[in-house]
Amino acid sequence: MELMPKVTHHYLRTKKKFPNVWCAGCGIGIVMGAIIRAIDKLKLSRDEVVMISGIGCSSRMPVYVDFNTLHTTHGRPLAFGTGVKLAQPNLKVIIITGDGDALAIGGNHFIHACRRNIDLTTILVNNQTYGMTGGQFAPTTPFMKLGTTAPYGNRERAFDIAKLAIAAGAPFVARGTVYHVVQLEKLVEQAILKKGFSLLEVISHCHVLYGRLNKEGGAVEMMRWQKEHAIPISAAGKVPPEKLRGKFLTGVLWDIEFPEYCEEYDKVIAEAQGET
Amino acid sequence: MTMATERKERLMQGNAACAEGAISAGVRFFAGYPITPSTEIAEYLARQLPKVGGKFIQMEDEIASMAAVIGASVAGVKSMTATSGPGFSLMQEHIGYAYMAEVPCVIVDVQRGGPSTGLPTKVSQSDTMQARWGTHGDYCAIALGPSSVKECFDLTIRAFNLSEKYRTPVVVLMDEVLAHMREKITLPNPGEIRVINRMKPTVPPEWYEHFEINPHFVSPMASFGEGYRYNITGLTHNPEGFPTARPVVIKEKLDKLKNKITHNINDIVEVREEFMEDANVAVFAYGSVARAARQAIHMARDKRMKVGLIQPLTIWPFPDEYMEHILEQLDLVIVAELNQGQLIHEVNRVNRGKTRVRGLFRYDSELITPDQIFLKVREEK
Repeated sequence: MELMPKVTHHYLRTKKKFPNVWCAGCGIGIVMGAIIRAIDKLKLSRDEVVMISGIGCSSRMPVYVDFNTLHTTHGRPLAFGTGVKLAQPNLKVIIITGDGDALAIGGNHFIHACRRNIDLTTILVNNQTYGMTGGQFAPTTPFMKLGTTAPYGNRERAFDIAKLAIAAGAPFVARGTVYHVVQLEKLVEQAILKKGFSLLEVISHCHVLYGRLNKEGGAVEMMRWQKEHAIPISAAGKVPPEKLRGKFLTGVLWDIEFPEYCEEYDKVIAEAQGET
Repeated sequence: MTMATERKERLMQGNAACAEGAISAGVRFFAGYPITPSTEIAEYLARQLPKVGGKFIQMEDEIASMAAVIGASVAGVKSMTATSGPGFSLMQEHIGYAYMAEVPCVIVDVQRGGPSTGLPTKVSQSDTMQARWGTHGDYCAIALGPSSVKECFDLTIRAFNLSEKYRTPVVVLMDEVLAHMREKITLPNPGEIRVINRMKPTVPPEWYEHFEINPHFVSPMASFGEGYRYNITGLTHNPEGFPTARPVVIKEKLDKLKNKITHNINDIVEVREEFMEDANVAVFAYGSVARAARQAIHMARDKRMKVGLIQPLTIWPFPDEYMEHILEQLDLVIVAELNQGQLIHEVNRVNRGKTRVRGLFRYDSELITPDQIFLKVREEK
């Protein structure tokens, strides 16, 4: 039987940088697949796509895909992306970041990118831990869960990423999971199409570190948890409030219009040139 | 009515001249964060850049500013930032990234008193070593030091040219006095300015290596969106830009970063000397201090003392070769600095007992005066 290459294979740097660094069963590869299929569906040219990441497991993604790729410093991909996008607004800039990357060391850049509203598609893979450094607690680790630096249980509150982004001014905020992969692909597509800053939080899992420490099982069990705890926002109104407790909403959580920065800056240029 | 060929005479402050020089050099992107005493550069460019189709953005901090500058440069636009001591410290992480990823860009550091928040409105040269050793890891820095409003203009252009030519970040070390001092300056016409742009690849995308190893140590640079799809990372990488942990490839990369500077010292290093033909004593000074030194030397010459001025316009790399040669003819070198002694370590390193080296340091927020330098020369002679 002849093996037909999947759509994703056309976009991978198969001869350059494989095998990848991700553990077997990791959700990040699923996110990468969803992004590639969305880009393929939107018929974006590879030359116009820029993928920028920070540091961490998910931030290794750009290395594997055949776009213009920029693997930057810890927490700062949004700031690099701001420069790329403002310098060449015709490029489609996709930011890949993790929960530690975007919300701890990069928290300042995150809220300001939300507020500034430059057309950056931000895909934040949330695995509730620092994977690459070995399972330390993150700003997203739930209260009392274990991390290698929280051996007695995490005593901090976790960020609600979507609420944070909305409060900071992001015009488009969505949430998906690596279990609900068809929905994820559509959310990526919508996030890319949104004119303005878009944030897509993807609930993933780290069964190797976080899962083992907290006895949450392997990849299968942790994905089953995603299946059982995700409630589509379209169905949220029909679910009794007591059944929403401990669950999270998925889908497009927030979608408003606000002037995009690069377009506004074009007006600045027109005004300044009229002045001379 | 002014003729097109007529040069523009202006009364300008150093910060404005720096910004004007940047525009002449082709800067079309500035990202920065307000900080005294560099803020006028940002203000000037916020107004002027859009007039030439360029872009200005005020970021959330200096870390982000430097990141945006690198991003814009990777997207093919000449870019810069300007800051002062504390902000310069915050930028160090990404200055290191720009070295490693070989991204041309210019960082202006208008030096003020330190350490820490220090003296925001007062002059200093205490970032001299930070410009050389500020970021982590091994690297060779380029830093230039102007001493007049005109030099702020000229050396900013030169900073861009070196940055583009060698695909590396270049620092312009100004200081508070220079930044806020106003002098008459004659701006050259655009045609009179030599502007260097980064080398572009001539090979098809499938042959392109963003970090190609070649005999010149500088690789042609394609921008994002031009059809060359490559990877950039701050991790040690192979010529294609992919992370590597192979010792041979790592060494090759780090040697390349070093060699592109050390093999082009004569092109990068610029030293101005005055009255050095017959001098047996020299004052070594850059920036605002060089101005006081010049005055002191005139005072000394009036007294028939054979004193000359050595003013490095390139601070880093240090002018080793020139200094080794000139120190042979001298009985005494006075190193005058607005810090507790930074460049004097470099002079001593090169000197190795050839002649007497004495320091004249001031770090109480005031400029070194010509009198102080003159008296120091007389006392030590």
